[in-house]
Parts: sequence; C-alpha cells; structure tokens
Amino acid sequence: MKQVFKRPESLSKTPFHYCPGCDHGVVHRLVGEAIDELELKNRAIGVAPVGCSVFAYDYFDFDFNQAPHGRAPAVATGIKRTRPDAIVFTYQGDGDLAAIGTAEIIHAANRGENITVIFINNAIYGMTGGQMAPTTLIGMKTATSPYGRDASTAGNPIRMSEIIATLESPAYVTRVAVNNPANLMKAKKAIYNAFKLQKEGKGFSFVEVVSICPTNWGKKPADSHKWLAENMLPVFPPGTFKDVHGVEKA
Amino acid sequence: MAKVLMKGNEAIGEAAVLAGCRYYFGYPITPQSELPAYLSKRLPQVDGVFVQAESEVAAINMVYGAGSAGARVMTSSSSPGISLKQEGISYIAGAEVPCLIVNVVRGGPGLGNIAPAQSDYWQATRGGGHGDYRTLVLAPNSVQEMADMTIEGFELADRFRNPVLLLSDGVLGQMMEPVNLPEPRDYDVNSKKWALGYPGKDKAERNLCSSIFLDVEELEEHNWHLYQKYQVMTDLFSEGQYKDFAVEEHLCDDAEIILVGYGIISRILKTVVEKCRKRGIKAGLLRPKVLWPFPTKAIQRLADKAANFLCVEMSCGQMVEDVKLAVNGKKPVYFFGRTGGTIPSDFEILNEVDKIVRPD
Repeated sequence: MKQVFKRPESLSKTPFHYCPGCDHGVVHRLVGEAIDELELKNRAIGVAPVGCSVFAYDYFDFDFNQAPHGRAPAVATGIKRTRPDAIVFTYQGDGDLAAIGTAEIIHAANRGENITVIFINNAIYGMTGGQMAPTTLIGMKTATSPYGRDASTAGNPIRMSEIIATLESPAYVTRVAVNNPANLMKAKKAIYNAFKLQKEGKGFSFVEVVSICPTNWGKKPADSHKWLAENMLPVFPPGTFKDVHGVEKA
Repeated sequence: MAKVLMKGNEAIGEAAVLAGCRYYFGYPITPQSELPAYLSKRLPQVDGVFVQAESEVAAINMVYGAGSAGARVMTSSSSPGISLKQEGISYIAGAEVPCLIVNVVRGGPGLGNIAPAQSDYWQATRGGGHGDYRTLVLAPNSVQEMADMTIEGFELADRFRNPVLLLSDGVLGQMMEPVNLPEPRDYDVNSKKWALGYPGKDKAERNLCSSIFLDVEELEEHNWHLYQKYQVMTDLFSEGQYKDFAVEEHLCDDAEIILVGYGIISRILKTVVEKCRKRGIKAGLLRPKVLWPFPTKAIQRLADKAANFLCVEMSCGQMVEDVKLAVNGKKPVYFFGRTGGTIPSDFEILNEVDKIVRPD
C-alpha cells in the first residue's frame, strides 16, 4: 500500500495540547513539512516564545531554546551568529512579537539576521486568558477590553508585516492565513519560501499567519474562520509586502 | 608576554579574546564604553562576532542564545543597564547556560551618575532577577585582576554551567595600570554536549535550553538541583579548590581590628592598614575576591581572634550584612561608607578606625 499522508519527520510524536480548532497545530505542521522538504531537519534550531506556543519545543523533533517573552529574535540572533550553518527560526504570537518584543523583532529584521520568523496573529492573548493584544480589532471585546477596543484610548491594530516591510534589510515579508484550503496552500508555500531563503543565506524572512483563537474569541472553530475572513482579513490583508530575491516567482 | 599599559575596561576585552571568547553583545553605557569599543575593533580580527544590540534586554538575550548554542560569550554594562539584563540573567541561570557578565558599577539608584560605586552588591549577590538562583560574583581590585578574573570567569562559568558576574566599578574600568597578559587559550564551540546544534555523535536525541517547568514537582526538583550546585560552589570557594582565589588576607593573624572591603576600596584599605601599623594599631585587611559564594568561613575564623570588624564600602552598607552574618554577633561589626559616586579617603577611614580602637 502506498502511504500518501504522514506526520512530518520534523514533528515529534507528542500530541498537541492546543485547544480544539486552534490554528497552531496546522501551522506547526506547515513548518515541519517545509523543513522536511528542504531537508533541513538536522540543522534546524527553533526558538519558542512565551504564550500558547511556549511548548513548541515539545512538538518539533530538533534542538530548541525557550526564550523570554518577546525576546525570541534576540535569542535567535545569538544562536545564528554562533552557528551560521544552523537553520534558526522563531515562532511567536502577537503579544510576544507585536507588544513586548517589538524592539527585538524590528531590530533583528533591520540587521537582516538570516533567520525565519513565524508570526501567529490571532488578535488576542491566548495563554493568559484572552486579553487585548496590539492586533485586537477596533470594537473587539476581550478580557481587558470588555467594552470593545476603543481606538481613542487603546490605539489601533498594529500591522507588523507592513511595518517590517518598510525596512531595507528584510528579504521576504508576507502575510497569509490558514482559514481555508486555498489559503492554507499559500501559507505552506510562504513558509517553504521563508526557509528556502534562509537555507540560501539570503537574509531575514517573516511570515505572518492570521489565525483564530476559538476559545478566547468565544466562537466555534468553523465560525471563527468565517469571522476571520470577514473581520480580520480586511484589517490584515494577505499578500507579500517584500520579496527582494523574487522567491515567489522562482 | 611583556607588561602593557591598559585601561581596566580594555583589559577585560583583551582578556576575553585571550580566553577564547568570540561573541560579544552589548549596549552603550558609561563608564564601560571602552569595553565594547575595544571588542568592536578586536573581535573581527579573530573572526569573532560583535553586535551592538538595540537594548540591554536584547543584548543579554543574544548572550542567552549564543551561550545555549555553545559559544564562549559575554556582555557588559553599568548599573542601570544591568538592571535591564536581570530578566535574561534569570532565564540564563534557570537554563544553566554559561556566560560572563561585566558590571562596571556606577552611582544609583535610578539614573544616578557615572561615578564609581559599589551599590549593586545586593543585586549582584542575591541573584538580581526573579526566582531561586545565584550568580558567581568576582570582584577584581586592579587592572591586572580585571584581566585575570575575566579569564577565570569564563572557566568557572563553563565548569558550573552558570552565569558569572564580574563586579567592577567606574574607577577600575577607567584607570590605567600595567598588565601581564597570559597566553591565548583555545576554545571549541563544539565542546559542550548539551549545546544547541552540537554536532557530535554522542549527542542526546535532541538538546533543549529552557527554564520552564510547568509541573510544580518538576520545578521543585530543578530548583533543588540548582541549590545543590550552588552548595558545591560554596564548598569549593570556602574550603576547597578555590579557597585561596576567593579571599585575600593581609596582616590578619595578629590584628585587633579587621578592615573588610572589596574591589577598589581594598586598595585604599591596604594603605589604611599600613598607616595603622605605623601608629601602633594592629589592623588587618580581609578582602573578599569572590562576593558570592561569600567567604563566610574566612571571616568566622577571624571572628575568634580579632576584637573588631570595620566594613568599608562605596554604598550605604550592603556587604556589611554578609559580614555581620559571618561574625554572627561574636564581635562588633562597624560600617563606614561613602555613596553617590564618592570615594572615601584613607584619612576618613583612619578616623573611623581611631573611633573604634581609641574611643577616648
């Protein structure tokens, strides 16, 4: 019998602990597939953030560092500078990357560190219980914006891909979603491209994945993906903001 | 090698290179600026890496990353910057990653000033960040020791898989003295089996650098493991291999008053001891060269012989608490300090000695 589907070698056998319907498992798998397909497993070193994916190191089957909140790009810088042949990536949420770790991500990008960043944007803090994130939509109710996010006091959703794309150094900046099969295939390709660029030593690659948080959004998974398409994607439009080496055309 | 005239901050930089350190991550702050400037020039000459980070926070996390990947790595800063690094130091201690952290202490609290001080003693010796951990703290008192302790610091960090703090001050960082530099040592980035990316065949299935233990029983076990390591360190520094490295005693055997001070203060205290002796006062000097583990036993031994202790610091009194704990009420422990970046004169200290031994 021919095997047509299997767990990527880059993923460990540990079952995901994520909530039912969460996109983390899907994105972990896409990262695992990309690393497998590029034959990078033996060189891969991941950096886990603080947030729901703090235990990412349990789900990937290679070396990992667990970084302080927001500092993953700095930790990844230290690892990559020490081991230039390693394939180093961070996996960060919106609180980690777009709030407490804003300085670290901007400057790692601006130095053009030859690392890959996978940024999960689900507009909310998951692990701590559904607080307002920098990417929370206007009017969106969270544990710390019970009347809905008010732009006059809490500002507007921050668009990290667009900000990072203004820098000269990054090689690849793209935003994808995994809310339907078509988008998922685009996300897979984007993550593959990002690691391919790193493999070729072409610099900083950044993939934002617009994702859902059914538990803290208080919605069923299917409804969450519908809500994402209708509400999040207009604010965080998918697309490629920077592709210096034309990896998408290759 | 012949002696060379160097600034303290530069001596640390050159010693780091000679110790095989090839990775430096830091952020500018006075009065340690000569150190990153030196290494920004020197490290590229030996295929090393110098990164000026966006913040102290980022710099210490780069150290965490590099150290976890097996690098012999360092950062440096001065007091306010060291405060910013505490988050990272706590993670590094929890994950047991070796590294060297230099604090060229300046006056605080807050922005304070850029003059020399010893007011970071508590922060340095009590851990500094959150959680049950310790850093090994070395306290040089000359430019020569800035170099020697940098080299020893890397060795100790690797031996104990623990961050080592070099606690210096604005005087030691800025002053120039002749230094005897040792022969360079080789360091192999692939010498640590536990490091991320370790390529050896004897590697575990995979390596993980982490300080999270969500299960309370696991974290308790980890914390006791760290504690036991700290106990081993304490024994080695108080009675074992590093006993002589940890403390300097000068004319203590017949002393009626023991002056206690570390770092630049100990140089002044040596002058005070000489002046006391000339005036017929039997004074001695005890200088902790390692501040944690603190040389408690050396002080305990002297507490049986001497009549009085006078602890002198460039702070309102921090190490004096450890001296009192060691003396444990056996003899009076006095304190004299200047703070805010002021250095006490030998004359001032001599007056304090007089008040104690010749109260009338």
